[in-house]
Amino acid sequence: MTAASTTSAPALAAPPTGGTLETLARRAESLVIPLGALLVGLGLFSLFLLALGKSPAQFIELMWRGGFGSWFSIQNTLLRAAPLLLAALCVVLPARLGLVVIGGEGAIVLGGVAAAAAGHWVAGLPPVAVIVAMALAAMAIGGLWIGAIGALRHYRAVNETISSLLMAYIAIALMNHLVEGPLRDPASLNKPSTIPLTAAGRLGAVPGTDVHWGIVVGVVACLACWLLIEKTRWGFAARVAGGNVRAAQIQGLAVGPLIIGFCALAGALAGLAGMIEVAAVHGNANASLAAGYGYTGILVAFLARQSPLGVIPVSLLLGGIAAAGGLVQRRMGLPDATILVLQGMLFILVLLSDTLYGRFKIFNPDRWGRAP
Amino acid sequence: MTMSDIGLWSVPLAMLGGAIRVSTPFIFVSLGEAITERSGRINLGLEGTLVFGAMAAYAVAVETGSAWTGVVAAMLAGAGFGLLHAWICSFPKVNDIAVGIALMLFGIGLAFFFGKPYIQPAAPRLPAIPFGAWSDLPQIQAALSINVLFLAGIALAVALWWCFKNTRAGLIVRVVGDSAEAARAMGLNPTTVRLIATAVGGAFAAVGGAYLSLYYPGSWNERLSSGQGLMAVALVIFARWNPLGCLAAALLFGAAGALGPALQSAGVTQGYYLFYAAPYVLTLAIMIATSSPGRALAGAPGELSITR
Repeated sequence: MTAASTTSAPALAAPPTGGTLETLARRAESLVIPLGALLVGLGLFSLFLLALGKSPAQFIELMWRGGFGSWFSIQNTLLRAAPLLLAALCVVLPARLGLVVIGGEGAIVLGGVAAAAAGHWVAGLPPVAVIVAMALAAMAIGGLWIGAIGALRHYRAVNETISSLLMAYIAIALMNHLVEGPLRDPASLNKPSTIPLTAAGRLGAVPGTDVHWGIVVGVVACLACWLLIEKTRWGFAARVAGGNVRAAQIQGLAVGPLIIGFCALAGALAGLAGMIEVAAVHGNANASLAAGYGYTGILVAFLARQSPLGVIPVSLLLGGIAAAGGLVQRRMGLPDATILVLQGMLFILVLLSDTLYGRFKIFNPDRWGRAP
Repeated sequence: MTMSDIGLWSVPLAMLGGAIRVSTPFIFVSLGEAITERSGRINLGLEGTLVFGAMAAYAVAVETGSAWTGVVAAMLAGAGFGLLHAWICSFPKVNDIAVGIALMLFGIGLAFFFGKPYIQPAAPRLPAIPFGAWSDLPQIQAALSINVLFLAGIALAVALWWCFKNTRAGLIVRVVGDSAEAARAMGLNPTTVRLIATAVGGAFAAVGGAYLSLYYPGSWNERLSSGQGLMAVALVIFARWNPLGCLAAALLFGAAGALGPALQSAGVTQGYYLFYAAPYVLTLAIMIATSSPGRALAGAPGELSITR
């Protein structure tokens, strides 16, 4: 299996033995190691800034101010975190089965196009029905797109990493074709787009804020996925299959429907992300849909160690870093790519820290009593 | 009818010229990926290496006034990224696919970071050989003005194909890629071999980037690459890990990529976007047709994580 051992490391912990302290120690490992990796990454990035003659302290202070320091910056952070939540879940769900799906971008762009088309066709219905129709259309196409990748994986053993990447390129070409051809609004001249949604098809802001409903949908989706994985028998079956496919099959688990179902659900969530981009941000579908959220979602999922609950703080962290980018750029004279460099460093160190699991005695109560 | 008015014939001609121009970065980046994958490791980060190579080549060419110095600088930088990838992946339990994605992000970030001051200045271009000088038609002259790196890429593909078959170094890489245990039994160190193979692969990918910034399109900006580094992974599967196959696949992908603009210039305004998807559909179809449960893809190195 591709990377099953690393991506689903926390998925199938041994049944806890002993008291609260022992459970706490086991849980702490998957919290302390990534946090340590993030700190080391921040340290390395500080060295990078020092080498360029910039002040790391000022950088961190501006990051805080631009991402989390005021109500305005918090709203900015939430706006940027919203698409990342759903995009990351598109990586997390297949990862629990040991699959590395990196083509969520394809489901996002097609979901956006499907939502824009559906919103135009049913524009006469009441607003709630329009939104529901758009969401269903987006989730259906996204679910089909990534579900097909799961089916290819199960029935034909086609590697899901490569096929999802290829399908993402195909999806973007398909989107460009639809937006510039059959679905094009003749009035959109410079930037080919679909016909703008009517007011009924637009998602507004959460009352009292400037933040659209996408953030709420994303957080609810994370909680629901956590419940699915941790508290249902399908989630349990997925964790077993992610640990060892053959063992799961011997146990009589239907691995095929599990893989296809999880992939389809992952794709449906990514499609929903595309729908929210269209309904809350752009107002129509155009090439801006391929903004790379699908790829940042991969980063979020790995930083969160493929935990649906972990996705929430990591999305907020990365959303905050992105929100502070402009401030850092203006005040310190650093290029906007500084954020990418920081993200890359953090990503590399968190992956490198995978090698540390199981190496520290303090996290393993079974080894506490023994002589060193 | 004037000399330069050749109607629809301009489409195949523009495709030929486009295939040659567009395919060169594909040749280098796919050969680099092929070497790395033959050693049993997949490097999904070549997109970052390619973009950083493009920036490094352009910056050094601007500073030194020599395009070839830029290419050498790109190769050194690419080798550095390859070494970093191989070093990180040499630790147990580290996922090489994810490390590739991380290094892609990191490489692109560093390239944009250090490349900001070089968007404006003009660098010297790599030279091209006018094979079309015999013709009066500007279309033919344009199509047959061939860059030296394209020829170098062909030579490299043939040389690699021969090396994999006939040399000790080629055999060592193949053994490590097929079975690390067998390699260890032969007294080889798989980690070292993969370190070298990934570094060489990174250097080649960076040459592909240098071609982008120093010849075609021939400038440095943040939208320079259109995913050539990521597509390398698909190309290598398409080519069945064979260097000559990489060359053919690069030409095919280049021609398909040139089809859209060629149709557009001939007055076709609808549907050409679908042709952009043709190489991906083809690769996917071949993967579906040739994969099956219970056995790896034909020609795939046994240690490769994506085919198990």
